[in-house]
Amino acid sequence: MALWGMVIDLDRCTGCQACVVACKAENNVPAVGEKEAKRERVISWMQVLTETDEEHHGEKMRFIPRPCLQCDDPPCTKVCPVYATYRNPEGIVAQIYARCIGCRFCMAACPYNAKYFNWHTYQKEGPGQNPDVSVRPKGVVEKCTFCHHRLQKARERALAEKRDFDPREYVPACAEACLAQAIVFGDLSDPSSEVAKLARSPRAFKLQEELGTKPKVIYLTEGEGGG
Amino acid sequence: MADLGDAREDTLLAPIAQTGRGFYWAVALLSVPILWGVIAYSVQFYEGLGVTGLHQPVSWGFYVTNFVFFIGISHAGTLISAILRLSKAEWRRPITRMAEVITCMVLFIGAGQILVDLGRPDRLLNVILHGRYQSPLLWDATSISAYMTASLTYLYLPMIPDIAILRDRLGKRKLFYSVLALGWTGTERQQRVLNRAIAIMAVLVIPIAVSVHSVVSFVFSMTLQPMWHSTIFGPYFVVGAIFSGIAALIVSMIIFRKAYGLQHYLKPIHFRYLGQLLLVMALLWFYFTFAEYLTGYYGGEPEEMRVFWAKFTGPFWPFFWVMVLCNFVIPLICLVRLGRRTIGKVLTASLSIIVGMWLERFIIVVPTLSFPRLPFAEGIYWPTWVEWGETAGSFGLFALFYLLFTKFFPIISIWEIREGREVGLKEVEERLITYLPDEVEGKT
Repeated sequence: MALWGMVIDLDRCTGCQACVVACKAENNVPAVGEKEAKRERVISWMQVLTETDEEHHGEKMRFIPRPCLQCDDPPCTKVCPVYATYRNPEGIVAQIYARCIGCRFCMAACPYNAKYFNWHTYQKEGPGQNPDVSVRPKGVVEKCTFCHHRLQKARERALAEKRDFDPREYVPACAEACLAQAIVFGDLSDPSSEVAKLARSPRAFKLQEELGTKPKVIYLTEGEGGG
Repeated sequence: MADLGDAREDTLLAPIAQTGRGFYWAVALLSVPILWGVIAYSVQFYEGLGVTGLHQPVSWGFYVTNFVFFIGISHAGTLISAILRLSKAEWRRPITRMAEVITCMVLFIGAGQILVDLGRPDRLLNVILHGRYQSPLLWDATSISAYMTASLTYLYLPMIPDIAILRDRLGKRKLFYSVLALGWTGTERQQRVLNRAIAIMAVLVIPIAVSVHSVVSFVFSMTLQPMWHSTIFGPYFVVGAIFSGIAALIVSMIIFRKAYGLQHYLKPIHFRYLGQLLLVMALLWFYFTFAEYLTGYYGGEPEEMRVFWAKFTGPFWPFFWVMVLCNFVIPLICLVRLGRRTIGKVLTASLSIIVGMWLERFIIVVPTLSFPRLPFAEGIYWPTWVEWGETAGSFGLFALFYLLFTKFFPIISIWEIREGREVGLKEVEERLITYLPDEVEGKT
């Protein structure tokens, strides 16, 4: 069984936000409008966080693109009272929009704030949306799914063409859109895959690793010559 | 002698027998906040939770605060009444009923907060259809429904003899009282069975009550969030719950004492004893708060400290320090000497504690969410008229339920007062004799 994971090289990230936009287009993430944005209700499955560099204070910013980290021990799934969010066998933390009761316990429990709530009906089904991703109604929580629909499509295509599914056929929109190729995606359980190799790099670290959530999004720190 | 007894009890039956203008005024007054609450919730139901001030990352606000607060108030009743009954505190007799009613009424209000907080109240049944027992919310549902059942039973059982009195003496709602009285005639056997049942329920209800507020605290402490992930949250919440519960009990006692002229039943001595209990709880609350914050401060983890300073000196300082003032300083000043003006002092302390404990719940829920671990912009939360309306409506609804109860059932247990006069006095004397050294020993 594959274990999908992602490596984000902070040395390469330019903070251009192409991943953010690609994600929004791919996953029908609604634009909430100016009024709602001012009330801090922007939905952004992929978000580029900025942090000032401790050593070069005020001179250098650090960009941290943050999708859902797809924890292997997710604090959000445990607290869901209705199994609307769960970790699937391939390690993707899924959200069932049709079952979610909107209690927002998972949002309170996620240490990475990777979950978002539909405070209003932000959109209805219409032209220009990706037909592979369902549009979320008001009152439910949504989150990054590693573009899970792309995995399903790749598998179906392989099945239709009567051949084995190649893990390299499955790439989420953010990784595909990254101009600097800072985002690498693949199967962490295959030691020969590129993600698995990068994840073993001495530069590799995980966000809030001490919490024991075992995230499957792994970051590579800026190298020495990066500044 | 029997006639005199009946005459004395007329005060207790009066609110049920006749309805004055005061009642209609009270209902009219209470319907204002309730109406506001109803409008607020209807707007929220159609528009979505967006009409509240909640946002990313503060996704829980007033509703969750109210949930914890109201469930806390519910510890007034059943728990205190059970402890007083089991410890054979004779001064409990005019108090227990009022306490038990608070529990039952406020539990519905408290549990209702979760329904109001849901983004999809239409899917509430999913909790039963797809319930995941790993979630502390399911523990809440279990514990609170058990507490509701036990509290209703515990309220109803000691009411049976009183309902029989109403059936025999009131002359209205005859069928209603006859059915509820379950054919009570006051035979010795009936009395024995009833006392036994009350004793069993009193024992049963204590662990359930403790479990309720423990699992409410687990909603927070089971997460990994800074200043939530704490092992003392269970007992800390239970102590706070009993604390606010006693305060609510005292306030309701003083209101009904005045409204229904119960001065002969609820004497300063009752308030003094409850005031002392309140003082003990204030000290216990302070001890827990001190232990909780000192541990966080001494450890000095950066994420914990951000929330810590947000409460002490940051954007939440007014809430935090008013909480300390209301929960500790004012009660301490009011309650250390209760010799004179007992009722005024106890009332001041209780009102202050009700405000303080609400702030305590708020200061636990919101600041942690406002300061996420990762470098996000901090989220400051301002409730809108919807949350204020829902909160006002909840308080109004609770008061209305309570008021309506007093129009149907005596708010002070008639038969238990009677029992106190007829049996209690003798029992206390006999019990006191058993405490004293035996005569034989004195002679040797």
